[in-house]
Amino acid sequence: MTPMKTILTTTALTFAAGFANAQDMAKDMTLVSWGGAYQKSQDLAYVQPYLEMHPEVSATWDSSSNEAVAKLRAMNEAGNVTWDVVDVVASDAIRLCDEGLAMEIDPDTQLAAAPDGTSAADDFGDLLVSDCFIPQIVYSTTAAYRPDLLPADAPAPDSICAMFDMETYPGKRTLEKRPINNMEWALLCDGVAKDEVYDVLATEEGQQRGLAKLDTIKDQVVWWSAAAEPPQLLADGEIVMGTSYNGRWFSAIEEQGQPFKMLWDAQVFDLDGWIIPAGLSDERKARALDFIMFATDTQRLADQAAYISYGPARASSAPLVGQHAELGIDMAPHMPTDPNNAKNTFLYNYEFWADYRDDIDAKFQSWLAK
Amino acid sequence: MSDQTTSGRVLAADGTPLKTSLARALRRQKLRALALIAPLLLFVLITFIAPIADMLFRSVENQIVVETLPQTVSALADWDPESGDTPGEDVYRALAADLKIAAKAKTHTRLGTRLNYELTGASSLFRKSGRQVKKMDLEGDASIKDAFIKIDKDWGKPDIWRTIQTYSPRYTNGYFLNAVDMQKGPDGPEARPENQQIYLMLFGRTLFMSLMITGSCILLGYPVAWILANLPARSANMLMILVLLPFWTSLLVRTSAWKVMLQQQGVINDVLVWLGLVGDDARLVMINNQFGTIVAMTHILLPFMILPMYSVMQTIQPTYLRAAKSLGATNWTAFWRVYFPQSVPGIGAGSILVFILSIGYYITPEIVGGNTGTFISNRIAYHISSSLNWGLAAALGAILLAVVLLLYYAYDKIVGIDNVKLGG
Amino acid sequence: MADTQSPGAFVEFERVQKSYDGENLVVKDLNLIMPKGEFLTMLGPSGSGKTTCLMMLAGFETATHGDIRLDGVSINNIPPHKRGIGMVFQNYALFPHMTVAENLSFPLEVRKIGKSEREQKVKRVLDMVQMGEFGGRRPAQLSGGQQQRIALARALVFEAELVLMDEPLGALDKQLREHMQFEIKRIADNLGITVVYVTHDQTEALTMSDRVAVFDDGRIQQLAPPDKLYEAPENSFVAQFIGENNTLEGVVKEIKGDTALVRLDDGELIDCKPVNVTQPGERTRVSIRPERVEYNKSRLHADAHTLKAEVLEFIYMGDIFRTRLRVAGNEDFIIKTRNAPDQVRLQPGTQIEIGWLPEDCRALDA
Repeated sequence: MTPMKTILTTTALTFAAGFANAQDMAKDMTLVSWGGAYQKSQDLAYVQPYLEMHPEVSATWDSSSNEAVAKLRAMNEAGNVTWDVVDVVASDAIRLCDEGLAMEIDPDTQLAAAPDGTSAADDFGDLLVSDCFIPQIVYSTTAAYRPDLLPADAPAPDSICAMFDMETYPGKRTLEKRPINNMEWALLCDGVAKDEVYDVLATEEGQQRGLAKLDTIKDQVVWWSAAAEPPQLLADGEIVMGTSYNGRWFSAIEEQGQPFKMLWDAQVFDLDGWIIPAGLSDERKARALDFIMFATDTQRLADQAAYISYGPARASSAPLVGQHAELGIDMAPHMPTDPNNAKNTFLYNYEFWADYRDDIDAKFQSWLAK
Repeated sequence: MSDQTTSGRVLAADGTPLKTSLARALRRQKLRALALIAPLLLFVLITFIAPIADMLFRSVENQIVVETLPQTVSALADWDPESGDTPGEDVYRALAADLKIAAKAKTHTRLGTRLNYELTGASSLFRKSGRQVKKMDLEGDASIKDAFIKIDKDWGKPDIWRTIQTYSPRYTNGYFLNAVDMQKGPDGPEARPENQQIYLMLFGRTLFMSLMITGSCILLGYPVAWILANLPARSANMLMILVLLPFWTSLLVRTSAWKVMLQQQGVINDVLVWLGLVGDDARLVMINNQFGTIVAMTHILLPFMILPMYSVMQTIQPTYLRAAKSLGATNWTAFWRVYFPQSVPGIGAGSILVFILSIGYYITPEIVGGNTGTFISNRIAYHISSSLNWGLAAALGAILLAVVLLLYYAYDKIVGIDNVKLGG
Repeated sequence: MADTQSPGAFVEFERVQKSYDGENLVVKDLNLIMPKGEFLTMLGPSGSGKTTCLMMLAGFETATHGDIRLDGVSINNIPPHKRGIGMVFQNYALFPHMTVAENLSFPLEVRKIGKSEREQKVKRVLDMVQMGEFGGRRPAQLSGGQQQRIALARALVFEAELVLMDEPLGALDKQLREHMQFEIKRIADNLGITVVYVTHDQTEALTMSDRVAVFDDGRIQQLAPPDKLYEAPENSFVAQFIGENNTLEGVVKEIKGDTALVRLDDGELIDCKPVNVTQPGERTRVSIRPERVEYNKSRLHADAHTLKAEVLEFIYMGDIFRTRLRVAGNEDFIIKTRNAPDQVRLQPGTQIEIGWLPEDCRALDA
């Protein structure tokens, strides 16, 4: 090596080392979410405040959450993961964790404790359904209807079983094009006790029973695959009732003034949150963890509720939920977790569906196609 | 005059046989040409062929079982699944040893996902066992078998063991069997229970609907292409823009527009009710079924039919029709005997394009297909992006590819592929 | 309908006009009478209206005004496929998806002629154009000349009495073209069919036709047998268009019987045959064919007027010599002389005197 080269190399190494020590974290961050109002609420509640605190950081949104699992697997296999923080539903987080595509998180050291000192693990409680999953919101899949399209003499529906009652409530309805939730409701309305639903659904007979119940309304069901469809169908009068995410119904009813009524009965809670992809470089991992620590603290989760009607995943955030940022209405009564709404609820049974999803989905699709 | 040896072979100036000399010159030319296209060729090979080959390979690949559980697989080789008993203690010990390693590398859950495609419950079984197996003491005398059965009673049933044994080879036909509604049974391949059969029906439906779409594209596209080819250049350009306009609109927008048109409270039904042709309580169901899918996809794929037809029709000189008429043919005979046969290559090219495109379509059927209008591609998409069962998706894709190639071959035999023209 | 038929007329155009845009007439007041069995060529530059006339006759264009009659019957409102006129197109228009035999049997099929009779007729017509072997081939497998023969055979196979040909030899090379000219003429004569032939090639027109109609500007400028057309053009367009021609301009000085005295623009006097000049003082263009110019004084009439000329260029063309002269201010005055053993090769710069018989020098419209 010539002296000149040595000097240059040494300088470069010193510079690189100094740079890494001073910053320690990547400056760019790619966040993945669902697009639309939900992504906007995240941007306003966590990302913009975080960027204000760290002006050197830049964040890029990618609205690819609906295909995040497949894309992460493809990226992982190609050895080039370009995402830093990814918003997924809990079942996808479990799948990603099982596949080794998401990083495991230690809630006690890597997540913020509540202001009163409660550890993050206790604050999130049961909602930490996977080692890789950092819960963010609780949302629910629930029903809504249009009173004006129902028979005038029919009583206002107060149970999910109205969905299966073609005599009292004739007309088309919409359900999600998958077995999850629909099978539970079908069994519930077929007389299965709530706490036995999954035991029954685990058996071949139980699955047939659920499909048989769904069969009674099959020709009156419009199946949706995007959650934006049900409010549109209901607004067009194509259907008289249907299921979607509670946030979609909130936005249709409160923000657009549609004449819908919520039917919170037997709503199914599901979780949405972050994962950090496995295989990030140290700097990027450090940045992602730093962001997550901030974005899932008690205040930030409560802030998000000002933009969208999903419940914060931390127990300590609930009292801090305030008013809608634009409409100025109290958000608490619109949360799926509000006691008035949560009289009869399900929690998505992640373990059950992780095992039975492939099997029941095959049967469901086979039934659907006939 | 070239030099000629006594043997009659023609020689080049330097005495080498002329044929050799010519071949060398040509080879050099070919090599140079090849070198020029080499980067592009490599690019195409790497970016196009390789991923397809990789996906096809996944449809038979099954390394994960033997790589995650090497000791278990070899210990299980002697076990007779027909015995109805669980394997012996040594197999459980081998499993514990394998799982300890796998749990450290976090590959046990992946294996669980893989086996869950074959045996419901394997996913949680492995997730749970991976967590617990770390605490197991392999040195002690305690029965490892009992310890596993304590973790989950499924370890005490032969089912999981049979599944592990069946799927222990590095390559499997399991995905392909699944893709044609079959499964591996104790006595070789057998049909799946009827309530799980779906793929053969979907393949059939996909082919049927693609043919319908191709047919309606021909019916609608032919007159348009004919008008395009026979208009003066200026008006033809205007009309061409109209034909291409759908290309510049988002697929989702176009498909959603059809929803607005065809739904029960939609434009067409409203008009029919207003005209009194249809009762308000008997509005037609035209969307979320096969009809809606065929209508929307015909609209979307129509340009792919019109363009090749148009470029072929453009080359058919009007004098052919005049000649036919001067020979005594009526307008219809002139069209049917003279013009139409010459436009067949355009129909062929358009049909192949539309058919192959529609066979692989999934966005439009997903949105407007309902339950009777979905295609096989929707299931492929589901297995790629939701269930992550890429092996099954690859098998379905491979079968679809084979069907397309088969139809292409049949087309070549019946119509002749040299009879297909995209233009000129 | 047929009440105005001229005696002996088979094809008749009467006061036919054609306009495409309603502003310009492409064909202006066309009158033409053809007897049965005639081979008539429509000759003219492109845009002169000759193809339009042919298309009106075939039925692919409708006359804006006037009447077209075929064998005494007005065909203005008869669609092309009922006219029973055979047609040979410029690019042959052989149907590429049919074999030669299928092409030939097409007009018979649409006339619902039985299979055996069809085959017989196809064979006969193939033999007639000497293509008997080629029935099973596709048009694309044939040479240009062979396609030409098939196109001709197809126009003849249904025994049309009138056959139209639209520049049928345009795509062939010179040698083949000359051969086919002879061939077409032979077949047409043998069958006794009436032919209307469109071309812009004057040699073709002169060698094949019974009569030639020279078109320009939507009108027939002259309708005459080839020899008359060449030797006695009736106006300067025809003189210029047909064959090579020398033109000198001047004013008629006096007309005496069938001789006109013309004073050229440079003051010299020449004797001419008055063709469409009638009185002294009229401006005229004088037309002399290059091969009728004589420079050997001994061969000229004793009292013939002569002109001084300077040799500018001498071109050896094998069978003939072509010499360019400056005559009366015109530098493009050409003379042609036969390459005979005693023929003088004029050197550029030589001063000579030229002359001609008065009847070869035609005083035409200016």
